Amino acid sequence: MAAVHGDAHGHGHDDHHPSGIMRWITTTNHKDIGTMYLWFSFAMFLTGGTLALGIRAELFQPGIQILQPELFNQFTTLHGLIMVFGAIMPAFVGFANWQVPLMIGAPDMAFARMNNWSFWLLPVAATLLVSSFFVPGGAAAGGWTFYPPLSTQGGLGVDLMIFSVHILGASSIMGSINIITTILNMRAPGMTLMKMPMFVWTWLITAYLLVLVMPVLAGVVTMLLTDRHFGTSFFNAAGGGDPVMFQHIFWFFGHPEVYIMILPSFGIVSEVIPTFSRKPLFGYSSMVYATASIAILSCVVWAHHMFTAGMPTVGQLFFMYATMLIAVPTGVKVFNWTATMWQGSMSFETPMLFSIGFIFLFVIGGFSGVICAIVPIDIQVQDTYYVIAHFHYVLVSGSLFALFAGAYYWIPKWTGRMYNETLGKWHFWLSMFFFNLTFFVQHFLGLAGMPRRIPDYNLQFADFNMVSSIGAFGFGLTQLLFLYVMINCIRSGEKAAQMPWDGATTLEWTHLPTPAPYHSFEKPPVVK
Amino acid sequence: MRSKSAVTLAGVSALALYSSMALGSKYNLPEPQSVIAKDIYDQHIILMWICLVIFIGVFGVMFYSVLKHRKSLGYKAANFHHSTAVEIIWTVIPCLILVVMAWPATKTVIAMKDTSSPDMTIKATGYQWMWGYDYLQGEGEGISFFSKLSTTRAQIENKAPKGENYLLEVDNRVVVPVGKKVRIILTANDVLHAWWVPALGIKQDAIPGFIRDTWFKADKPGIYRGQCAELCGKDHGFMPIVVEVLEAAEYTKWVAAQGTSAVKTSMHVENK
Repeated sequence: MAAVHGDAHGHGHDDHHPSGIMRWITTTNHKDIGTMYLWFSFAMFLTGGTLALGIRAELFQPGIQILQPELFNQFTTLHGLIMVFGAIMPAFVGFANWQVPLMIGAPDMAFARMNNWSFWLLPVAATLLVSSFFVPGGAAAGGWTFYPPLSTQGGLGVDLMIFSVHILGASSIMGSINIITTILNMRAPGMTLMKMPMFVWTWLITAYLLVLVMPVLAGVVTMLLTDRHFGTSFFNAAGGGDPVMFQHIFWFFGHPEVYIMILPSFGIVSEVIPTFSRKPLFGYSSMVYATASIAILSCVVWAHHMFTAGMPTVGQLFFMYATMLIAVPTGVKVFNWTATMWQGSMSFETPMLFSIGFIFLFVIGGFSGVICAIVPIDIQVQDTYYVIAHFHYVLVSGSLFALFAGAYYWIPKWTGRMYNETLGKWHFWLSMFFFNLTFFVQHFLGLAGMPRRIPDYNLQFADFNMVSSIGAFGFGLTQLLFLYVMINCIRSGEKAAQMPWDGATTLEWTHLPTPAPYHSFEKPPVVK
Repeated sequence: MRSKSAVTLAGVSALALYSSMALGSKYNLPEPQSVIAKDIYDQHIILMWICLVIFIGVFGVMFYSVLKHRKSLGYKAANFHHSTAVEIIWTVIPCLILVVMAWPATKTVIAMKDTSSPDMTIKATGYQWMWGYDYLQGEGEGISFFSKLSTTRAQIENKAPKGENYLLEVDNRVVVPVGKKVRIILTANDVLHAWWVPALGIKQDAIPGFIRDTWFKADKPGIYRGQCAELCGKDHGFMPIVVEVLEAAEYTKWVAAQGTSAVKTSMHVENK
């Protein structure tokens, strides 16, 4: 623990870099790039969140008040795309950029220049996506899953979306190749695979999933593009194609994508819980195997998104059983976290609160996931608000809460300053309250029969929709508090201690000064 | 001791609240009106109870730990970090629970898929944005009509008070006899749609250029309402489905009343 790297104060030899805007445009430093990823994803999070508030404002009362149905559909579509591809995924890549080299004792990412390029593709893609609101016909309005033939009908906005998805996909693939190469080749001497921190393990597996499925997404949007403009009929029955084939290809990407967004959050939580329990992670190797099993299973369950599309009995049964099986490794993870906390010496700073909140709400999302896996029940709840509630429990209180936990956990290491603990706790409790206010009632809406993606509804759904909308606005405003806490910390936070968390054991805490210098681990540490 | 009783109280009230949610039909699936819908309803309730038991088990342990194993109480951390026996146990038990869940579900899936030997067959076609129905076989063969939203524009634009069946009412209902196996054949004219009637426990996508089928047998007469469940464009939220189930004699009267007008409607469809 005392083995802080020798050149804590004497690292000035190649520390200089261009200043001002050129620093950020030309940087190949993993810390700068990680920072840019995180700010970008937060900006996208606010953009997608604004769209969500537009949706909830329209749904506040029955009747059409604010958004006409066409625009409403554009809002739901872009909300989904921006949150998935613009907010959650880049945020995790930002964490990987910052943390993977620090946690394995590497000086930087393996392909530093490609790292720069994979970031700078993102603002381009985001511009295409957001500007599509202003082209004739408006943005894509076929849902974030853009099923044809509906997406074949759309205007220029759909083409912009397709190009945007292409660019985002290219960026993700480059980012993943970089992460895989870094982890496999640049670990400090003595750090065998089974000694890697859990966060690094989950990202290694996630990166393989990304390399596997992003090309599939690229393929399917290309087929859509040629169907729209070059006379092919991949998804058009009149030309011998099949609209359902799109769904199969899309979800072959789409389901692993779900796990791409949750596995790194398992990693973050698996770092935070042991630190604040002051006790090693329970069942490290079973955690690794569980993560790998989830990744493998995630590739053979895609058609559970299509139980109502019509498929043979055997097909429905296979996908039901395979989907239910995912509950086993996921359960192992939850039990392991609980066992880690058991007989620990726990304290409840903001990262720990967000991690416990994560487990609590993610398990609810997991239960509704098992319920959705049961084909007969899924027939009722598919494409209803029940499904909306389900995936927001795994994506918002899952991925997003883990991202918050990670941000509070590592911000002292990144900036050398502490965030305001009281405000952090407020952020947690307000998020917790408003999140549940928004999404818990949506389970009931779905069960009672409210379809998703509708701008108006029967009066029987009015009270819960109003509750949900109030919750959504509360949740949205609470995230501005997070922005304030972070800016306040970076600008004028108290100086962080060398070891702000006494239970931390990974290399970035034990072998580096706080804040981490611009160039770290120029000489690799030795791991015993 | 006080904190313990507070926790117990909170647990019991949460449990009571939770089970009241499961029982109240506003917060649950609609009252089932067919065998399949009944199966779905019952399985959902069973699953809720299983989930609740697991939930209380896992979080009971976790929150006990959160309350007792605190640094602020001076609790010293243990140092165990794995136990193969425990890990095997908590891998095997969930597998067994899943088998218990999958068994009844499998039987229902097989029953849902059995569309053989129906008493009558109706083709439903999804259009942007209404449904078309053709009675293909059985009593009422040849009847054909479109079914559109009958809620007025003024209600949607908040210029008139909204009725009880706001957005869930149509000009022409699908009329079927009670207790007969009705096979629904689905297709679409333009984009994907989905035909969903929650009380009857059926939802099936309608796919342009392809035929899918499903079935139901209504237990008792009544009017059952549903909506399109696959995003189909601007008016996706405005193409409801209304099924009216009649006694056999009433149904025969309805078929007779369609008489000549039915032929006219079907000619209209042919010409379209």
